[in-house]
Amino acid sequence: MTSPLLQVENLCVSFPGTGGARVRAVDGVSFTIERGKTLGLVGESGCGKSTTGYSLLQLIKPTSGRVIVDGIDIASLSRREMRPYRRRLQIIFQDAAASLDPRMSVGDLIGEALDIHGLARGTARLPRIRKLLDLVGIPARLLQRFPHELSGGQAQRVAICRALAVEPMLIVCDEPVSALDVSIQAQIINLMQDLQKELGLAYLFISHDLSVVRHISDRIAVMYLGRIVETADKHEIFGSAAHPYTKALLSAVPVPDPDMERTRERIVLRGDLPSPANPPSGCRFRTRCPVPIDDCAQIDPPWKTLSETHHAACIRIQGIPETSLFEGVRY
Amino acid sequence: MTSPLLTVNNLRTSFRSDRGTVRAVDGVSFTLNRGEILGLVGESGSGKSMTAMSIMRLIPEPPGSVEADELRFDGIDLLALSERQMLDVRAARIAMIFQDPMRSLNPVLSVGRQLTETLRRHLALDGAAARRRAIELLEMVGIPMAKSRLGAYPHEFSGGMRQRVMIAIALSCNPSLLIADEATTALDVTVQAQIVDLIKTLVKDIGASVIWISHDLGLVANLCDRVNVMYAGRIVESGPIRDVFYRPSHGYTLGLMSCTPRIDLVGERLRPIEGLPPDLSRPMTLCPFLPRCAHSVDRCRTERPALIEEQPAHWASCFADLTGSWRQTT
Repeated sequence: MTSPLLQVENLCVSFPGTGGARVRAVDGVSFTIERGKTLGLVGESGCGKSTTGYSLLQLIKPTSGRVIVDGIDIASLSRREMRPYRRRLQIIFQDAAASLDPRMSVGDLIGEALDIHGLARGTARLPRIRKLLDLVGIPARLLQRFPHELSGGQAQRVAICRALAVEPMLIVCDEPVSALDVSIQAQIINLMQDLQKELGLAYLFISHDLSVVRHISDRIAVMYLGRIVETADKHEIFGSAAHPYTKALLSAVPVPDPDMERTRERIVLRGDLPSPANPPSGCRFRTRCPVPIDDCAQIDPPWKTLSETHHAACIRIQGIPETSLFEGVRY
Repeated sequence: MTSPLLTVNNLRTSFRSDRGTVRAVDGVSFTLNRGEILGLVGESGSGKSMTAMSIMRLIPEPPGSVEADELRFDGIDLLALSERQMLDVRAARIAMIFQDPMRSLNPVLSVGRQLTETLRRHLALDGAAARRRAIELLEMVGIPMAKSRLGAYPHEFSGGMRQRVMIAIALSCNPSLLIADEATTALDVTVQAQIVDLIKTLVKDIGASVIWISHDLGLVANLCDRVNVMYAGRIVESGPIRDVFYRPSHGYTLGLMSCTPRIDLVGERLRPIEGLPPDLSRPMTLCPFLPRCAHSVDRCRTERPALIEEQPAHWASCFADLTGSWRQTT
């Protein structure tokens, strides 16, 4: 068995909060990402999914834990030592236009990435930029345009292009299509899938949109209040979700099918996400859980193995659920 | 048969700009019956919000201009009202909820003050009565410890709770029409489910009609009785919810359905709508969706299709025959 591309072990990120309390935004997260595969990281706002993405790139220094790339723990590297790894690990954001320097043209934005890492110098530079733009479907006539002259979809293509310019192995995608209209969103998702196939890229795809995540991911990790609560292959999550939070999350996603929408069972959670500065004792989800028992307040739920690829942290799980949330719907 | 609550006939909303006149709403007509929930879907810039803002008479004129052959709400000609008269309609008869409650609530006034302000203005309640009613309203929308939350400011509430406050204000005067403009878009799905349930129950209780503006087809499928699909400032398809979702009859509706990733379906590649929406400052003589349409026929290139009733109550402006191009359900 080959080693995974990226291995995150017990990652913790905490920030100083009010009154001396630490806000534990990410609290012991572990996962691996395989070469050429996509891990979807889902959860509600404030659950720590973006912080996880930033801290594995060392954009926010993790408080503790390891991030292993090619056998090296990059969390222990200095900024200078980190540099070669920056080429390997790239990121794109939700607001692509804001992530591009407004005073640089499209050509310069891509060129800058090449220059920093000393790729394609001199006469090779421009043809390389053109080739990269072609790869993401940006016509060469936009080479001299500035970010404000681009549509939302075009700006995201340029951001992807800039990430690709340095030939990364992994791109952290932080809600990359959430701000786009569905018709444009589908263009970008297809582009990302094509690029993955062509270049063997791996993605950490961070999103709150489970429909999009289902579409693009191979594996899925569900986060709640700084912890991963369930992780599995895509078909296992959507076919037999085990954790009550995952079930509730899936049942809350609207489906564009009137008959199904009006007949399917919906688990409506009570209340809001508790504060990560003061998480509930035991299981963090217990305050909103539809099926809590007394033990949930005492026991920090250990991982239960449901299959070789399917794990969930909940003491209420007996076995693998047999019914799918979408059972009975055939297309 | 009773008359509709709202009749919009040939609504045209445009803006003067350096590049000429931008037709944000370009001849929109529809009716809304009492107790009905009507969905308004389409991409950004399709004119959904502009239609709502025009009905509410919230478009600043100039630079905007709102014209219509008829804009009638419960027997009142909205276009004939002065701004002063319109103030009595807004909030009291037609209420609106926006996407971002932080921007529509006043950050320097307590939520209690913002609730009682509406009640005192429209229902002429005195301070104590308004306060009692405000507490009732906050309890109705599920805000715990309502009494002690009256003095709290918007920033002290979570996003979901703020939207509940907005709903409490919107429903405070028992409006006959509630316009919700992307009311749950900024919320997490679990909170969205709570808010949608809440709105469903409350509008039923007070018998209000709803215009539900959203880009989320799933929400519209859940909530609405009928749906208008908008593109480039026009309604391109309109009909009962099941008819439109199971037998889409406009190339754009079909495109929208095919490019939406669905949580209940596995694996097939998304079929995006290529290209971008048109520039609304350019005059359009053909179907505005033609350059992006995957189903166009020869006739699309010679004349513009009118909105016609293809099936009873199901209208579409499309020359293509889309029968069988969408999976049929039930």
